[in-house]
Amino acid sequence: MTIEIFLQHLLNGLTLGSLYALIAIGYTMVYGILRLINFAHSEIFMLGAYFVFWGVTLFHLPWPLALVAAVAAVALVGVLVDRVAYRPLRDAPRISALISAIGVSFFLQNVAIVLFKAIPREVYRPEWLENPMIMGGVRVLPLTLFVPVLSLLLMLGLMYIVYHTKPGLGMRAISKDIETSALMGVPVNSIIALTFGLGSALAAASGIMWALRYPQLQPIMGVIPGFKAFIAAVFGGIGSIPGAVIGGLVLGFLEILIVAFFPDLAGYRDAFAFVLLIVVLLVKPTGLLGARPEEKV
Amino acid sequence: MARGFLIVMALVVLGVGASSAAADTVRIGVHLPLSGQNAFGGQLELEGVRLAHEEAGAVLGRKVELFVVDNKSEEVAAANAVKHLIDTEHVQAIIGTYGSSLAMAGGEVAERAGVPQVGTSCTNPLVTQGKKHVFRVCFIDPFQGAGAATYAIKKLGMKKAAVLVNVANDYSMGLGNFFKRSFVNQGGEIVADLTYQSSDQDFTAHLMYAISKNPDVLFIPAYFTEGAVILKQAKALGATFKIMGGDAMDNPEVISIAGPAAEGFMHTTFPYDPSMADMNPVARKFTEDWRKKHPDQEPNVNAALGFDAYMLLLDAIQRAGSVEPGKISAALAETRGFLGVTGITTINETHDAEKPVGIAVIQEGKRVYLGSIQPEL
Repeated sequence: MTIEIFLQHLLNGLTLGSLYALIAIGYTMVYGILRLINFAHSEIFMLGAYFVFWGVTLFHLPWPLALVAAVAAVALVGVLVDRVAYRPLRDAPRISALISAIGVSFFLQNVAIVLFKAIPREVYRPEWLENPMIMGGVRVLPLTLFVPVLSLLLMLGLMYIVYHTKPGLGMRAISKDIETSALMGVPVNSIIALTFGLGSALAAASGIMWALRYPQLQPIMGVIPGFKAFIAAVFGGIGSIPGAVIGGLVLGFLEILIVAFFPDLAGYRDAFAFVLLIVVLLVKPTGLLGARPEEKV
Repeated sequence: MARGFLIVMALVVLGVGASSAAADTVRIGVHLPLSGQNAFGGQLELEGVRLAHEEAGAVLGRKVELFVVDNKSEEVAAANAVKHLIDTEHVQAIIGTYGSSLAMAGGEVAERAGVPQVGTSCTNPLVTQGKKHVFRVCFIDPFQGAGAATYAIKKLGMKKAAVLVNVANDYSMGLGNFFKRSFVNQGGEIVADLTYQSSDQDFTAHLMYAISKNPDVLFIPAYFTEGAVILKQAKALGATFKIMGGDAMDNPEVISIAGPAAEGFMHTTFPYDPSMADMNPVARKFTEDWRKKHPDQEPNVNAALGFDAYMLLLDAIQRAGSVEPGKISAALAETRGFLGVTGITTINETHDAEKPVGIAVIQEGKRVYLGSIQPEL
């Protein structure tokens, strides 16, 4: 393997990994606060990609505007899902909320099949994202850089909100103890709604970028990336934002490098990637950056 | 009880009457989907059968009579159609059908009755598996892999190939295996043998590996959904090798999803197209006669396969020198080098047709039929 090809593999791994990371953050945020695995996250991801398609083809919006509109619309859907499907179950056993999440996931998938039809659709891609640049023998599409850079910016923005703003303080408080936070005057429901909005906006952004990179829209397009990102979030330590980022990147690099170094295993790369993740979890059950849950006595 | 006996007697008498009537003509049953989801293909195939019947209406000095039943694109209806053809119409051979699952349902009944069934377009390998009396005029899916390999070597002069196969899919695995075997047997080299699974959407690592091995051609027997994405990613990574696929990529969606990345992509397909340049005399006559009979509709491969199924059957009856179903089956199994609209067909030991494979290419956003090639296994 020449150095150029290796670098190209690394670049591909970085792009794939940062997409997983973005999706994983959405899972980890909701889990960190509500201890709920939001299975509808994959469908939120899918909606993001479709909304851009609608914005461009149906409403003839310029692409950047369609992008912003789609992210905003999807954030609203996320808030709505919380309001309708999760908030009424806040005091119910955790398993009920989980089942509700699975229900929402199937519901959104089927709505998408009815609205968008099951046939795969093409994706509009602005041309400036597709003209390759050659850098030291490595072929770089602006898109290949666009994805990790935008992912990084979104992650930084999110970290700022969580660690340096008042609503972020509320989120962190709720994640420690939801009842005490309520007693202390934290507007629990609005903060949770905000969490869903932010998480969904990130999922929409990753769905849009996923569709740019893997140019095809399908109602079930979110299932596999969502599933993998969820595992990345657990691997990184669910509840931890930096953990989700690291988990996503590790998974992305693993998937690419397994094929690069062991091409015979290419068809079974998921199995090998996940076996490695299981081994890590066996050694460190809370994931790379996960905190050991404190036992309340 | 006595009444039941009378009815049985009556049936026996009628049955004898029917079989003596059958001695005058050759009775051929046709079951095709003339309604339901496969009706489009089924009706074209029926028109093909009818055209063949008009041109060759007699065999062994006896007139051929056609009995047509609609199998409604449903498995149960297909089984009933074959039962009706055998029990009520007393046919000596059956043509049918479009659709592998319909052919399997009907073939099961025909097999038990010992009446030969000749399939038109049913490409799943299972259709003829373990059957003594079930045949087909179309090729089986994996056969196309050999067609692509032969075209790459013979027509394009390629020597090194990479293969990217979906390990979770029989169609893809079958085509991939036939491609590799044929390519190597003809002196080519497989430089990269890569796999993926249906859920994969990122093929950048596979493609980079293939690029590093510098093949002349990459064979991707993928469904069009994955295939279009692979084409896009290959273009983005600057791949310069040719990419070939199977008939699952013979879909306009490939062009709309992959856009300019589909340019130059080649895929195998059925060996007939009214626009093809290298038409054999049978195909030329078929195309002319069809256009005379149906001035407002172009012939297609389904019509051609319907035509060929009838002619192949007639050829077998001629060689059998008898209309006894068992003898027709034996003659069908011995079909060698039969020239039809869809090229020279040989029925192999699994009762499948070995015949040319069509090759098409995407040029300036359009599918262009390049011609056909006799695959070397």
